[in-house]
Amino acid sequence: MSATQLAAYTTSTGEAFQFWVLGTVAVIGALSTVFMRKAVHSALSLAGTMIVLAVFYLANGAYFLGIVQIVVYTGAIMMLFLFVVMLVGVTAADSLKETIKGQRWLALLCGAGFGVLLLAGIANASLKEFDGTGQANANGNVQGLASLIFTKYVFAFEITGALLITAAVGAMVLTHRERTERAKTQRELSEQRVREGTHVPPLPAPGVYARHNAVDIAGLLPDGTPSELTVSKTLRERGQIRDVSTEALNDLRALEQRAEERLERRQIEPATFKRAEEASK
Amino acid sequence: MENLIALLIAAPLLGAAVLLVGGRRLDAVGHWIGTLLSAASFVIGLVLFAGLLGRDAGSRTLIQHLFSWIPVAGFQADVTFRLDQLSMTFVLLITGVGSLIHLYSVGYMEHDERRRRFFGYLNLFLAAMLLLVLADNYLLLYVGWEGVGLASYLLIGFWQHKPSAATAAKKAFLVNRVGDMGLSIAIMLMFTTFGSFAFGPVFSHVGDTSQGKLTAIALMLLLAACGKSAQVPLQSWLGDAMEGPTPVSALIHAATMVTAGVYLIVRSGAVFNAAPDAQLAVTVVGAVTLLFGAIVGCAKDDIKKALAGSTMSQIGYMVLAAGLGPIGYVFAIMHLVTHGFFKAGLFLGAGSVMHGMNDEVDMRRYGGLRKYMPVTFITFGLGYLAIIGFPGLSGFFSKDKIIEAAFAKGGTEGWILGGAALLGAAITAFYMTRVMLMTFFGEERWRNQPTRSPEAPSAEPAAEHRGEHAEPHPHESPKVMTIPMIVLAVGSVFGGAFFSIGDRFLHWLEPVTGHSEGNSPVSAWTVTGATMVCLVVGVAIAWAQYGRKPVPAVAPRGSLLTRAARRDLLQDDFNHVVLVRGGEHLTRSLVYVDHTLVDGVVNGTAAGFGGLSGRLRRVQNGFARSYAVSMFGGAALLVAATLLMRAV
Amino acid sequence: MNPVNYLYLAALLFTIGATGVLIRRNAIVVFMCIELMLNACNLAFVTFSRMHGNLDGQIIAFFTMVVAAAEVVVGLAIIVSLFRTRHSASVDDASLMKL
Repeated sequence: MSATQLAAYTTSTGEAFQFWVLGTVAVIGALSTVFMRKAVHSALSLAGTMIVLAVFYLANGAYFLGIVQIVVYTGAIMMLFLFVVMLVGVTAADSLKETIKGQRWLALLCGAGFGVLLLAGIANASLKEFDGTGQANANGNVQGLASLIFTKYVFAFEITGALLITAAVGAMVLTHRERTERAKTQRELSEQRVREGTHVPPLPAPGVYARHNAVDIAGLLPDGTPSELTVSKTLRERGQIRDVSTEALNDLRALEQRAEERLERRQIEPATFKRAEEASK
Repeated sequence: MENLIALLIAAPLLGAAVLLVGGRRLDAVGHWIGTLLSAASFVIGLVLFAGLLGRDAGSRTLIQHLFSWIPVAGFQADVTFRLDQLSMTFVLLITGVGSLIHLYSVGYMEHDERRRRFFGYLNLFLAAMLLLVLADNYLLLYVGWEGVGLASYLLIGFWQHKPSAATAAKKAFLVNRVGDMGLSIAIMLMFTTFGSFAFGPVFSHVGDTSQGKLTAIALMLLLAACGKSAQVPLQSWLGDAMEGPTPVSALIHAATMVTAGVYLIVRSGAVFNAAPDAQLAVTVVGAVTLLFGAIVGCAKDDIKKALAGSTMSQIGYMVLAAGLGPIGYVFAIMHLVTHGFFKAGLFLGAGSVMHGMNDEVDMRRYGGLRKYMPVTFITFGLGYLAIIGFPGLSGFFSKDKIIEAAFAKGGTEGWILGGAALLGAAITAFYMTRVMLMTFFGEERWRNQPTRSPEAPSAEPAAEHRGEHAEPHPHESPKVMTIPMIVLAVGSVFGGAFFSIGDRFLHWLEPVTGHSEGNSPVSAWTVTGATMVCLVVGVAIAWAQYGRKPVPAVAPRGSLLTRAARRDLLQDDFNHVVLVRGGEHLTRSLVYVDHTLVDGVVNGTAAGFGGLSGRLRRVQNGFARSYAVSMFGGAALLVAATLLMRAV
Repeated sequence: MNPVNYLYLAALLFTIGATGVLIRRNAIVVFMCIELMLNACNLAFVTFSRMHGNLDGQIIAFFTMVVAAAEVVVGLAIIVSLFRTRHSASVDDASLMKL
């Protein structure tokens, strides 16, 4: 049995090794895409999976596609994703708690059924004969693709070009907001504030007991309650305000306690301040 | 000559159209137009009669085919008229007596604002009745039949501002509808049985038809006759029909309407002859009605209602005779004609009395009127003598023949029917004498009368409505009213003798109806003698009760029978309890079934689907992910199906 | 190793992606799962190309990439405008198709 015939239904040991290792990575990447709570992590996992797939393309003789996968897909599209993720809130973590009754079980059931059926279908198809791409890539993979694209698939190629332009225009239309009135100047804004009688002085600054840059920590009012007004509007809308007032108070109390221990004073029953997040759980 | 037949109907129909369409412009002359066209129809009838007399007895049937009405394959209805001896008799009676009543109405309705309309209705009545008797098939007859019903409805309810008149008209119409249903069913049966409803084919195929079908048809025809002729059990409308103006009562009772049932039975003689069971039913109906009407007539204080009871009774005689088959057909028609004369005369007389008495109808407020209205007294008296069968007058000849024929029926039936007829003759003598005595003899009770007592049984709203409680001033009616009465009186006196002597009427009608002499167990003279005895007894009892003693102005309580008879022998109560209540219960239970069962099924189905869709609606929760799950599940199923197909 | 294993891997990735679409609520993650499904398809196409010894499968994969790029552009634009109006990227919040 010659090597070419062997290539028809089997691969080299190196490729097999590569498949099993990288395939596992790809599956893990896919699973983390689905199950990571933060969108950023999902995007990164997906990027990893895509790079693995690029390697597989290369292994399958699709050199052009492998490179495009890395450059265009992973490099451009995934970065676009990350860009949007940043826009929406990079630190926002999704709750994985299901809100639609039975949705998760139905989804898993359908997924399992579909996967099993698909795998069974592939197994059933008796795909033993592999010709390999050696013949097709004889004049170079890029050349081969190019000759096909510009001859046999030229029509589809043109249409996808039109589609891309349309999509670009569509995206612009969707995201573009036409200004219907002149933007107010700072003076006009301050005059409006005086007229309305709200926040005549500048907004309070964020951060009390600031131990870090503290833009996401609300400032405390004189009575000790945090004021959301002190945090920037964008963070407020994303729900990314960290409520650290109780944290700080607990820290303070702990500090006092340690001081008392050192000074051997009578132990005072410490009043514990729980974090608002924990209390709500 | 055949072409004249349509003109018979056309003349009064034209009158009706002109008078009803013409409007107020014709108010001044409308009554004369109506009378003239009615008389024209009578003249045409006379011409045709002369023509018929000029022919052989066997060829006295004229057919006029006017046009094909409903030409459908297998269903041919033509407008064809048949003029034979039977219809000729009716035509002369209808147009003759009808014209006299028209003439009388000119005087009677003089002060009525809607006189033109009244004459239009009268003409319509004549036209419908003529169509009925001239039709050559049952469907056309049915048109006339319904036309008579319509015209009677319009005329009975002519004073529609009186609720009682409106109710009476409605009642007459509804009761008639029951009979009409019988006729329409009979026509349908004829069509399915004989394939035709023209007289010729129906009568010629009677011989090869099963007894059951014939009996069914005959009984349906009898039901129809009962409705129109006010026979038991559909008699209840006749008494209330007195709410109409008196000429209408005369027209309904003498010339038209109630005679239609007798005509139908005699015309369908071939069918009845072949269905003895139905014939027996006819005789039973006739005998029962004869006594029923007579008893009711005895108890009524309202002069018109007493006469209405008498009509019912006399028509009962005719139906009885018609039910006897060929023995009685001729006599039924003969009595019908003579009755037409004297009953019209009696009603016109009664109308004349009312006319002179401020529309008072209660006989207990009459009395001694013979001095004040001599012509009315004489004509009414002659009519009275005719109806009780005074020897030599027309009622004597015709009624006597019927009683003889009843006995000639033979067997127990003959004795029972004859006995009933004899008893009826006695009662007739009683109540007619009572009417006569209370109206024209005795004290003048209309003088100084106290205000009407509310419990007077026959309280008539007519007098109140005219707003006259003043003492009436009885006076003779104008000539235009008395002349018809005189003519009719002459007819009542000589008609019977003219018909009977030499059996003229018998020979005239025999080719159409056929005739056979029955085997009477008693001789004709015995029957006549018995009738005379009954007559004398009836008159004597009446004289003892109303002639010798003064008549109380307020009706005494009376025996149970009297009280029942005053209430028309409880016929309305019977109808109310059995039919109205029964109908109410039936409809109520049907409504209940409809609501619970039918609606329940429908509403239940709707509610079921509603609930189902309410549940299914939850699937549409608006979450894109839920829809995606269904899509994905569907995709999985598609994969499974593909695999299965491959596996197979 | 039989190259058909690439197909198994593609099927697995596709199923994982589809399940992710159904489970996740964050529109961006849902989009990523869709991309994962597309990539799984591309892997299958490339494998088919190898199987049949011609480049048509790769061409299709190429077109898929182009269309996916177009789709991502439009989809992300939709997500951004959705986030702008509703301050949320959850697909469940846009359940306006319910009564």
